[in-house]
Amino acid sequence: MKITRKEVEHIAHLSRLEFNEEEIGAFTEQLNSILTYFDKLQEIDTTAVEPTSHAIVVTNVFREDEVVVPSPREANLANAPDQEGYCFRVPKIIE
Amino acid sequence: MQLHTLTIHEAHEQLKKKALSSQELTQSFLKRIEEVEARVKAYITLTPEQALEDAKEADRMIARGEMTALTGIPLAIKDVICTKGIATTCASKILGKFVPFYDATIYRRLKTAGAVTLGKANMDEFAMGSSTENSSFGPTRNPWDLSTIPGGSSGGSAAAVAADECIASLGTDTGGSIRQPASCCGIVGLKPTYGRVSRFGLIAFGSSLDQIGPLTKDVRDAALMMNVIAGYDPKDTTSVNTGVPDYTAFLKDDLAGVTIGVPREYFVAGIEAEVDTAVREAIEALKDLGANAVEISLPHTDYALSVYYLIAPAEASSNLARYDGVKYGFRSSDKGDLLNMYKRSRSEGFGPEVKRRIMLGTYALSAGYYDAYYKKASQVRTLIKKDFEKAFQTCDVIVTPTAPTPAFRIGEKIADPLQMYNSDVFTIPVNLAGIPASSIPCGFSSAGLPIGLQIIGGHFSEGKIMQVAHAYEQQTGWHKKRPLL
Repeated sequence: MKITRKEVEHIAHLSRLEFNEEEIGAFTEQLNSILTYFDKLQEIDTTAVEPTSHAIVVTNVFREDEVVVPSPREANLANAPDQEGYCFRVPKIIE
Repeated sequence: MQLHTLTIHEAHEQLKKKALSSQELTQSFLKRIEEVEARVKAYITLTPEQALEDAKEADRMIARGEMTALTGIPLAIKDVICTKGIATTCASKILGKFVPFYDATIYRRLKTAGAVTLGKANMDEFAMGSSTENSSFGPTRNPWDLSTIPGGSSGGSAAAVAADECIASLGTDTGGSIRQPASCCGIVGLKPTYGRVSRFGLIAFGSSLDQIGPLTKDVRDAALMMNVIAGYDPKDTTSVNTGVPDYTAFLKDDLAGVTIGVPREYFVAGIEAEVDTAVREAIEALKDLGANAVEISLPHTDYALSVYYLIAPAEASSNLARYDGVKYGFRSSDKGDLLNMYKRSRSEGFGPEVKRRIMLGTYALSAGYYDAYYKKASQVRTLIKKDFEKAFQTCDVIVTPTAPTPAFRIGEKIADPLQMYNSDVFTIPVNLAGIPASSIPCGFSSAGLPIGLQIIGGHFSEGKIMQVAHAYEQQTGWHKKRPLL
């Protein structure tokens, strides 16, 4: 077992997802078979190998610090599911 | 003449001679869509009014003598690319009624060139999949056999081209999502070098892998599309500031002096016999055109799938954290506190494959597992990249099958994620190395389904790839075959 049911529940919480009992069971099984497949990576010795995070090396991209016209507030808010007075409306955060 | 069967360059000639207007051309596509779209389902959103307006403007551009190679050409755009004023869904419920208030840079470039937008093409949700079955709008069907998949994730973009529901389209490729559908649908697909095409306005999936590219009816059309979409964009800091050649200048009819590498690791168990045969015949055809073929080795090929399915989900889990039911898109109507709102909105909004990848990626990045999974995968990625660097010391391009099988049946692999992931086994290494590759048609299976040849080049060698692809295509004529719909 690579990953237990309890771990799957924890990962779901970190992912801000929730599943019913049956889905948790199915995920546990599928993730286990996928993670077992990944075991073959352990065959390779990577002790002195640098990790690649980007295929093309581009570093320090600078630009002039110029004032630009930002997108209008109305446009930024137009796709929000709930808004009020130029703000995104969310459920109460503070007890 | 059936206008909807024209290529970009053929239509351009007619438009230039004023033998045809963009409005007539666009009308013929709208009619074609009306005839076949109910069966193919290539589009999520159709924009006929926009298309006719674009066509009118294109005709005015032509009249003013301001014509470009794409002026008046009707295109489909994968629904992961932001189009101002046109719904952009990523085939996901979570984006709800999202309508971008800005254009992706490449869409803007196409509009400036005078192209016509027919609509937004179907795809696997958030570009995650190899069959376009993971769309919350339902699957697209392969025009060659409506019971089979068109490939994915750019399945709608590929099917629309193959079914003559547009002249050409834009797709995106994170692990094969342009090339594998191009292979399944018998058309040309090109995944450019990482950094060659701006991604500003592309909805992110795997940021170190994603790249936008064209799907077309022949190689010349791919070159014409690349001439417009390639180039540096200050709004995308991962785009590379290096000159863009005229890609049509590479299109020659012979391959004298070109060395093609044939990697032994790509002709192994798991590849279907008909695919193997078609690709080997293609290699012989390339030799007949003057190319020299050498056997090469890419020793870490077998590890690429594992590396990809750790890195891409890890990046996706981070990129998709932005869908929180607050700023845009879908919010669950289930009342409760903020945490409950996040969880309900995301659980109701994302489909099963997207959730699986978010879970996998979150796990690979989580405390205690980061070194064993994400870091290890990134190190093996370096070795895969080095394999290609070494290979390109002895050859100009590498040829392989695009996919191990032709299109499979709808429903055949959807219940088994590992089986589905295996569709991308030959395309994934290219994305990990950030190099360009194309898929072009190289024959048909006995069931009449297209088979694709993948041509891979070193960084920024799109021109060389297109030279080989064009010479082969002109010699064999596979690209001229069209499905009967």
